[in-house]
Order: sequence, then structure tokens, then C-alpha cells
Amino acid sequence: MTIAVDVVRKQGPFTLSVAFESAGRVTALFGRSGAGKTTLVNLIAGLSRPDSGRIAVDGEPLVDTARGLDVPAHRRRIGYVFQEGRLFPHMSVRANLLYGRRLLRAGERWGSLEATVELLGIGHLLARRPSRLSGGEKQRVALGRALLASPRLLLLDEPLAALDEARKADLLPYIERLRDEMGLPIVYVSHAIEEVARIADTMVVLGDGRAVATGPVEDILARSDLRPYTGQAEASSVLTAVVAAAGDHGVTLLDHPAGRLSVPGRHGFAPGQTVRLRIRARDVAIAVGEPGLLSIRNRLAATVTTLHAVEEPMVDVALQAAGSTLVASVTRDAAEALGLRPGLAVTALVKTASFDRMSLGAAEAPAPAADGA
Amino acid sequence: MFAALTPEEWEAIHLSLRVASVAMLASTPLAILVAWLLARGRFPGRALLDGVVHLPLVMPPVVTGYLLLLTFGRRGPVGHFLESTFGIVLAFRWTGAALAAAIMGFPLLVRAIRLSIEAIDPGLESAASTLGANRIVVFLSISLPLMLPGILAGAVLSFARALGEFGATITFVGNIPGITQTIPTAIYTYTQIPGGELAALRLTAIAIVIAFAALVLSELITRRFGRRMLGS
Repeated sequence: MTIAVDVVRKQGPFTLSVAFESAGRVTALFGRSGAGKTTLVNLIAGLSRPDSGRIAVDGEPLVDTARGLDVPAHRRRIGYVFQEGRLFPHMSVRANLLYGRRLLRAGERWGSLEATVELLGIGHLLARRPSRLSGGEKQRVALGRALLASPRLLLLDEPLAALDEARKADLLPYIERLRDEMGLPIVYVSHAIEEVARIADTMVVLGDGRAVATGPVEDILARSDLRPYTGQAEASSVLTAVVAAAGDHGVTLLDHPAGRLSVPGRHGFAPGQTVRLRIRARDVAIAVGEPGLLSIRNRLAATVTTLHAVEEPMVDVALQAAGSTLVASVTRDAAEALGLRPGLAVTALVKTASFDRMSLGAAEAPAPAADGA
Repeated sequence: MFAALTPEEWEAIHLSLRVASVAMLASTPLAILVAWLLARGRFPGRALLDGVVHLPLVMPPVVTGYLLLLTFGRRGPVGHFLESTFGIVLAFRWTGAALAAAIMGFPLLVRAIRLSIEAIDPGLESAASTLGANRIVVFLSISLPLMLPGILAGAVLSFARALGEFGATITFVGNIPGITQTIPTAIYTYTQIPGGELAALRLTAIAIVIAFAALVLSELITRRFGRRMLGS
């Protein structure tokens, strides 16, 4: 699946002028509030039209102002899950779920009500009215409704934004299952870095109405120069690792080529499963030579690649750890005292306690071969 | 008391109900269209349309009735056309009373429906379109059901207004017993003749009962729909 966007739209004093192309399974549109994220997804969905430009999915143009082409929203087959759910208040959950499906010809449908209900765990809600659902339940029903319309692309516009932290953590695994089990390409809009790090593989950073960077999540997150746009207090990195043991002594052990990591909590993963782990730069310490006796158990062998002065007195040190990029935030004094320079072999240290509940998630299953064809 | 109703009184009650029902049912589809245009339309002359719709509310009913007579009377431009082309005569017929009642109730009907349209979250309609619904399907499956409480409230107002219509009716179609005499014009007639007080009182009581029944009915329907919408 590729999505190609090159559009301009003026909205009052704000001009959105975005060009990017993504072939990712999950593409994150990331940016601060007011960066134009929702404007952009509305253009993709066909709810508004660009002043000029074009949008194509898998090479098929949805809108192309130069050719006077504009496929109406109801013929785009693009599922859209809104921030606030937007369930139809006068229909039961079941009628909401089947709304789009009933409008399709039999040959256009995929999936089934039973399978979708099962995937999202909403079987007990079918007879209810949307007003009797909790925020998290509403979003799951909204997801199901979009899926049952058999879309070829799913837009998720900050689906977790209206939920509290606990509900967010509840809903994220459903979105991960969607990504892994349905094989449906997703555009995920968010201003929360931890969601993007868990869900997406490709990331488009929006800032000042432009796409300032596009690329793999790991690369983008490690870039210090994008911080004004990502609004991150500090850089962070995303590592992909394999679960070695889950739950013994309340820790989950992960194997990364550069070393073993322990993360607090059970998380419900099975040994052998691939997971993604986000590590904040300020949680990474650097040791030159053997660290000796230390309570920090997470030690990754790494090589310094670049040093980037951010804001006095801190320096972001980018490290290469067996193919993964890891960023450490250290003081300038420390960097000088350790003699950090590109090419130096070091040990990256991360405290187990510094991982939070949101930082660990299932990585998507490797793409099936047919997908790449 | 009801056993004592004379055939003429029965006639007036029957006619009133018929006139009010037909006025309400016939004007509702047009009122939905006009309310939609006023709530969602962006076209030149929208303010003018808004004004024209509200005119019957602010003009003396007799003026409305006289304008109707001038336009829809047998020699009026529209009246003449209707009679020569379709054989339809409105002046001094119960159908004319229904037209007068519909026009007098129209602003109330449009107002109630328009408020309910403005209360619809357009986001729900966008959501429906991303699910594959074209504009007609969106209107029928989302907008119209969400407007229903407003349509019902407006219909009750229009019905009640039609029951009470006097000035425009008497000017346009007169006060002919058995043909155009409704409850209000009948009451007026009875108050003008000696010994008519009892008949006037009986019809007054009946008017109150009908009005109250309409109110209760609308309340029941609104509550039922309200509960379905809010699920509580």
C-alpha cells in the first residue's frame, strides 16, 4: 500500500501545504495541535477538498485538481475513526456496526460482524445505545463500524485522545491486533509520541502546515533537529526486541542483538514474540569501558555515531547498538570527561524502572510476502 | 353534554379536525424542505425566504386571508389557473380552510424543524458519508431521524394553530355551516345569536379537550423518541 499526498489548502490564516509518500503498514501523521493533522486526514477521506494538488492510494487518484477529479467521500472506501467516535445516537450498537456494511454490494464485503465483534470484544454491547457506552467502548464500536464498511485504508484521527491513561492502555492492544491480524493499511494521527512509537512503522512529521520529515519511526524519533516540531521534551529511540521470558519476578526479559533488557510488568507477551520498546534519551546513561558493579541491569554494547548539542548544558549522543539507533542525553561536561567522539565503543545503560506502561507494545508481524507484490 | 351536540356542532368538530390534519400533513414535507434550506442553504435570497416564511406570524390574520382570497379566489391569478386547469376550487371550500390553516401554522412548523436541524452534529453526517452513504442515504438515515423530535413538535404546534385559526379562514372561505364552519367560527356564530351560549360553551370545552389531547400525544411521542436517542 502506498499513499501519496501533495496538496495545498488554505483555511483562514492557516495554509496547509503538505507533500509526502508512504508505503508503511501504519503511517503516523504526527505533529502538535494545530499542525494541520485533522485537516490533512479530512482531505484524504474526502470530507474537504484541497485548493490544489492530488492524493492517490495505491496509485489510484482520489483527488487531482489539475484533472478536475474528486472522488466523493462515500465512494472512496476509506474508513475513518474520529476523535470523538461519532456513533449514530439513534441507532443501536449493532445498527451502527452494520451501517456501512449494508450499503456495500455482497462482493465488496470482507470480514464479518462476528469476527469484528470478537476482535474488538464488543459482543456484549450490541443491543445498547451509544449513549450507554464508556469512552473506550465507543471507540471500539467506531473502529468496528469503520472496519465493517470494508475499507481499503483506515484513518484513525487521535482515537485515544478523548480517553484517560488507563483506557488508552486498554484500547491500544486492539489497534495493534487490527494492524497485525487484518493487514489493513492505517494512517494514524497523533500528537502523542508514545502511541506513535508503539503503533506506527512510518512517520510523517507535520509542522507549520508542512511535512517537515518522513521516514521510519526509529529514524525520525532519533533525530534531534526535529524536536521543535515533535514537541518532545527530549529525544527518544525505539528498539525492536524479542521476548525471552515474560513475567518471572514481575519482569519481562527482552533480547536485543546488543544485549538483554528487563522491563517491569508482565504485559502478557509470549516468549519469542517481537516487541517494540521506546526508550527516552534522558533515561540512557553512557559508560566507557566495563561499568563494574552497578544496579543498572540493562546494558547494551554500542558505538557513538554523532554528538548534537541541544540546549545548554545537555548533549544528545546518538549511539549505534547492533543496528538500532539509541539516543542518550548527557551533560556537556560528562561528554567531555568521557571523551565521547564518533566511533568510540561504549556501554549504554538504562534503568529498568524508567520504562513506563505505555513504552512496550507488540511489534507488527513481519509483512506476508504477498503484501509486497 | 356530548349527547346534546347538534349535527351542526358535530359538523364543525369534524371539519376542524379534518382541516387541521390535512393542513399539518400537507405542509410538513414543504416545511422540512424550507427549514433545510434556511438551516443549511447558502444562496442569495435566503434572508428574504426567511422573512416571507415568517410573515404570517406577524401579519394580521385577516390580511393573510384577504391576500389568499385575492390570489386563490376564483378570479385570482392562481385560483383561476387551478380551476381552469385542474378543476380545483379553494375559496369558500374546506380545502381553502386547510390552505389558510397551513399557511398560518407554517412559520411555527419551519421554526421547530429548523432548530432541530441546527442541533444535528454535521460530524455524524460526515461519518455516514465515509461509511459509503451518498447524500440521499445520509439524509434519510441520519438527518431525518435526528430531526424527528423537531418535526413532531412542529407538527403539533401547526395542528394546534390550525385548530384555532379564525381570521384568515373567515376572510378566505367564510363561515358556511357544514362546508367551511370550523370550531372557532362556529363558537363565534353561537356567541352572536340569542340562546347560543350553551352551544358555544360545549364547543369551547371540546376545543380544550382536543388541544390538550394533542399536547399529551406530542409529549408522549417526544419522550419516547428522546429516550431512544439518549438511551436513558
